Formats: sequence, structure tokens, C-alpha cells
Amino acid sequence: MTAQNMPSGGRLRMAGFRERLADPKSQVPILVVLIVIAVLYAAFYNDLRQGVLRPIFEALPFPSTNVLIVMCYYGILALGLNIVVGFAGLLDLGYVAFYVFGAYTTAFLASPLHDLHVPWWIVVWVAVGIAALAGVLLGAPTLRLRGDYLAIVTLGFGQILPVLARNLDNINVDIGPIHLVDFNLTGGNIGVNPMDPPILPIAGPWGDELIFSNSNPVAAFYLVLVLLLLSFAICVRLRDSRLGRAWMAIREDETAAASMGINTVSTKLLAFGLGASFSGFTGAFFGAYSTAIFPESFNFAVSISILIMIVLGGMGSLRGVVLGAFVIRYLSDALLPYLGSFVDEPIRGLGNALPDIPILTQRLQEFHLTSYNFLLYGLILILMMLYRPEGLLPVATRKAELHGLGISEEVSLGTSDEVAEAATDEAAELQEIDLDEGLEPTTGEPKQPGAGP
Amino acid sequence: MTAASPDLLLSARGVTKRFGGLLAVSNVDFDIPRGSIVSLIGPNGAGKTTFFNMITGLYTPSDGSITFDGKTLQGRNGGGKFVLSKPHEVVRAGIGRTFQNIRLFGNMTALENVLVGLHHTLKGHWWEAVYRPKSLLREEERALARARELLGLMRLGKRENDYARNLPYGDQRRLEIARALATDCKLLLLDEPTAGMNPNETLELTAFVRGLRDRLNVTILLIEHDMKVVMGISERVTVLDHGEKIAEGTPQEVRANPQVIEAYLGRGAAGHG
Repeated sequence: MTAQNMPSGGRLRMAGFRERLADPKSQVPILVVLIVIAVLYAAFYNDLRQGVLRPIFEALPFPSTNVLIVMCYYGILALGLNIVVGFAGLLDLGYVAFYVFGAYTTAFLASPLHDLHVPWWIVVWVAVGIAALAGVLLGAPTLRLRGDYLAIVTLGFGQILPVLARNLDNINVDIGPIHLVDFNLTGGNIGVNPMDPPILPIAGPWGDELIFSNSNPVAAFYLVLVLLLLSFAICVRLRDSRLGRAWMAIREDETAAASMGINTVSTKLLAFGLGASFSGFTGAFFGAYSTAIFPESFNFAVSISILIMIVLGGMGSLRGVVLGAFVIRYLSDALLPYLGSFVDEPIRGLGNALPDIPILTQRLQEFHLTSYNFLLYGLILILMMLYRPEGLLPVATRKAELHGLGISEEVSLGTSDEVAEAATDEAAELQEIDLDEGLEPTTGEPKQPGAGP
Repeated sequence: MTAASPDLLLSARGVTKRFGGLLAVSNVDFDIPRGSIVSLIGPNGAGKTTFFNMITGLYTPSDGSITFDGKTLQGRNGGGKFVLSKPHEVVRAGIGRTFQNIRLFGNMTALENVLVGLHHTLKGHWWEAVYRPKSLLREEERALARARELLGLMRLGKRENDYARNLPYGDQRRLEIARALATDCKLLLLDEPTAGMNPNETLELTAFVRGLRDRLNVTILLIEHDMKVVMGISERVTVLDHGEKIAEGTPQEVRANPQVIEAYLGRGAAGHG
């Protein structure tokens, strides 16, 4: 009976970090190596770039530390949206709404806007809480909706929130005890600038205190890397839990899930709330790292690009969605500018050389490859759907589902021989229709269900 | 409202369901004695599944009440308060079910399907899942052991890591029963468990169901449109036709009832018995 001894219980694994590290099949060592490389890379990026490796760095599209930071915080966003879309199967097109809550919470509490300067280390948890609360509040009206209808409503929320951020800069209210004249809540179109960066009072080669902002990208990268790993670990544990199973049951069949005792209302709200809480992390980090936020940073394209990351990486697969985020951000923040450095000038030259054709000529004259990143996303999506619809690092089920496989080795138990053998045994058992014997449990006497509470 | 007598696990009184102008179930009284195997039969479209869905909370009755194990699930309770139980509340009260057209969680393994059935018997909170206290790990261990036990009972032990949708049809039927049993139910509702099975498999499953009752002490309500299936194993049979209860009694009584024969075979056949 190989099946029961195999650690292929998938989401049922409750093994700790050390056991996973010791397991020869585990990918944790690879992860550790990748993290070490990333940490060293960020630490020595500047030295390498200016030192002996300068020709290599100039010839190839190596990501800068700032690009690594963007990759990481989009990784956190992708993990958060994956809880809603990948685990619970609720198509949310307005995830950016929660990101707005996280970022503006940080702006309210740690900027000159309202003259509050709460330390970032406290603000981040408030932002997580507010974003989670927003997730629950915005999730509640959508509970009765499924599929397309849910997508449309969440899309609406994603549009409304940035508009609110843009317009709540001169509020005039005179109701009872509340008197507000031209009250600037959000900073309006010009956003909130500056914002307090995360600071630790540690002196070192970097100065009197350690500032985690774009003025010190290495420190900021380490901070966002920690947040990403924390988010990843939380997601892994949620997936492997009773709640994770309930989410997946709802994704598979909501009616059947309810008929198995799952409270679909609270379970879906938890998906919205917990999913949104990760955008609280990101919002708080993004605002403090860039020391400014603007309403344009939270447009519809952000929601869509996060969704693309999830589809690209593999819906429901944690490693997949982080990889998806890395790939998409790397492409648009490092590879496109790199390629642009070769093609932008010739194309602009072409535009200048051509006779005047309306629109086209102007487009060519002002050509920037980086502004065509959504064209690239579209291309990636089409190619993915054609050749790898399950994503880059899919969970085994989706892979099997989308390729019409039956039981395969990588999907389930042991080798195919063992499977065949087990199947024959099963068939043989079924042949002898002695049913009362069939009821004999394989492991000891069954507990009486009546003996429960 | 009379108090349910202690040997009745479930009692329905005057249960009615209207869909707009259509009377799908009309004023049905129905009792399930504790520890029995009871069947609800009737031709296609008789209102069996509608009735079933009212017990499980998927539909709310237009009228009448359903009491289970001394607790009112649907309708007015003893205190005159109106109660509507949602599906998950019905499960928590102790009613497990299967579906006529199998509704397993296809992309979850057999073991995970059963673990979902155990969901409401587990107490771990989601924040505990994040820091994993010992109590949670122990609970998961117990749940895993219990799920494997149920799979073993259903002879699915070797299939625990197979995705539900990859299982053969018969295994899927049995996995659905295992999942329903995992909810720790006192009453197991089986909705046409033999649908799509050949006579041999049908025979096998019905014997299996009887064994379940004897061994696990669960009360069983079977829904069938095939009369032959239920005759062998039921202690009581209730016949619905056009939403109304037309007969009730032992299989022999029901079999001999001219109204039942008419409902199944048409007026001409009634004379021949």
C-alpha cells in the first residue's frame, strides 16, 4: 500500500520547515538557494555594475534592485488575489480597490497630509487590518453572485476606489456636530507626497538610521523580501488547512460544499478578507518605499496585470503566481527598457523619415517600447492559452484537467505499475460480491458516528 | 405542534412547496423512525427530490414544518418561532446527503473530499492554521485518521490520493457516501444512489447500504424511482405522485396498493396486480 506512505498527500502535508528541508523531493532547498542569491545580488548589485562585471551588466538586461522590489511586491499582490481567485474560485476584477485601502491607510497615518507620523512598523499592521476589513465589506454585497456577475461588481469597486481617492480632496460637510470645510482627505489628483519611509534607529555604514525607501533600495528590497516570504508562508499554511480545503470545495461546487456543512457565506468572506489583507502589506510598503502615492498608481490596469500574473503562473499554485508576478514585472520593467534601448531610436528615426501619415507618424516619432507592455501581456496570454493553459508552475490538478490526462504518476500515487496493480486488486475485490465482508474496514474497527458530540 | 415521539428521528408535517403556480409537494406528512431504512419512491417528477431538498435546506418549504432529532429545522418550532435552516446548519444538526448526479469535488483527492465532509466536526480556526499550535496538528492527525478509516470502510483505501473525477463511477458513488458519513450524520439521505448502475451493481449497492445501517447505526432515507431497488431493503416505503403522498407502509403493502401500481404502470395495469 504505497499510497498511504507516500508524502504525496499534497495539501494535507503538515510537515514543518525542517522536515521539508530533509525531504529529498522537497523544493525548499532550491527556494533557500534562490533567496540567498537574491540577497547577495541586491547587496552587491552596485559594486558589480560598476566593477569588473560592468561590460556584462551593460550588455545584458539584469534587473536593478528597484526592479527586484517591484517584482516582490507584485508577488505579494498576486498571492493575495490568488486566495480569492485561485483558492476560492471567485473572479475578482477589482483587487486594486484593496490596494488603495492599504496605500491610503499608510498615507493617512504616516505623512504630513494629516500631520500624523505613526511609525511604519505599526502602520503596516493597521493597513493590513483596514484592507482586510475592506475586503469583507466589499465582498459582502457580492456573496449571492457567481461567475460573471461577481466579476462585474468587483470591477465596479475597482473603478470606484481610485475615483474616490482622486476626488475626496475638498469635502464640505455640515451635518450636526460634523463641520468640514474644504477638508482634504486623500490629497486628490496630486496624491500624497511625501510619505514617511520605514525607519529603524540602527546606525551603520548607511548612516545614523536605516531607511527602507527608494533612497536605500537594498534595505527596501530586504524588507519587501521578508514581507513576500511571510505572505508566502501564510498562504502555504492557509492552503493546507481546514479553511483551505473549504475554499477549494466552494471553488469545485458551492452547493455540494454547503451540503457538507461548510458555511459558504463566512468562508467566502474570509477569502475576500484574507486575500485583501495581503494588499495591505503591499499598499503600506509601496507608499512608504516610493514615499509618495498618486491615484493613477491604482488604475484598472493594475487589477488586470495581477490577474495576468496569476493566469501566467498557474491559478492556485503559490510558487506559480509568484513566478508569474516576477516574469511580468521583469518583462515590463527590465526586459522592455533593455530592448527599447535598441529599437526606440531606429523606430523614432523611421517616424521622422516617413512622409506625414496622421497618427502613425506621431506614434513612431514618440515611440517607447515600454509603453507597449500591455500589448506584450496580451501576446503572453494568447501564447499561454494556446500552449500552456495551466500556467508555468501549475498545481497538478489543473495540469491534468487541461490536458485531459487520466490518473498519471505525477498526479497521484506511485508508479503506473503500482496503480495498475491496485486497480486490479480493487476489481478482484469487487468481483466477489460478499458485501458484508466488503464492509470490513481495512484499519481497525470504525468509530461509531453516533458516538460524536 | 406535537412533540416528536422519541423513536422518530425525523418528522415532517404538512410540508408543501409551490414553484409559482406549480404545486411540487403538497401537504406531505412523513416520519423516519430512528435506526430504520426508509424509502421515498415515486415516478419521475413526483416531487421526491424537491422534498429531499427541503429537508436539506436547499429549498425552503412554502408551508409545513420539519423536525429532526427534537429540533425544528424548517417551519414553526414549539415556541411558535419561524425557523429556516441553511444547508450547512442542517448538516450540523446531523443530516448527511449524497446527490442524484454525483457532486464530488472533482479536483480534490478522495481523501480531501472526505476531509471536507469532516469540516464541521473540526474546530481549528484559520489563524491557528497560520501558527499551527499542537492542538491543531493533533486535530488534523485525527481527521486524517478518521478520513482514512471511512475510505477503508468504503473500500477506497487505495484510492485516497486519486482525484475524485478520475475514479470509476462506482467508486465515485461510494466516495460520496464516505463524504456524507464524514459529516458524522445520524440520518443519511441517499438520492437515487443506484442511478446509472447496472442490475448487478444495484444489487451490490443496496446490500452495501443495509450493511451500513447495521454496522454504523445510521438511519437511512433512500430516494428512488426504481421500485425494485427499495423493496429488498426498506422497512417502510412512502410513495409520492404528483407531489402528494399516495401510499405508505411496508414494501409488501405498497407493492399491492392499486394506486401505486397505477402511478407506476398506468390505469390498465392496476387490475392485474
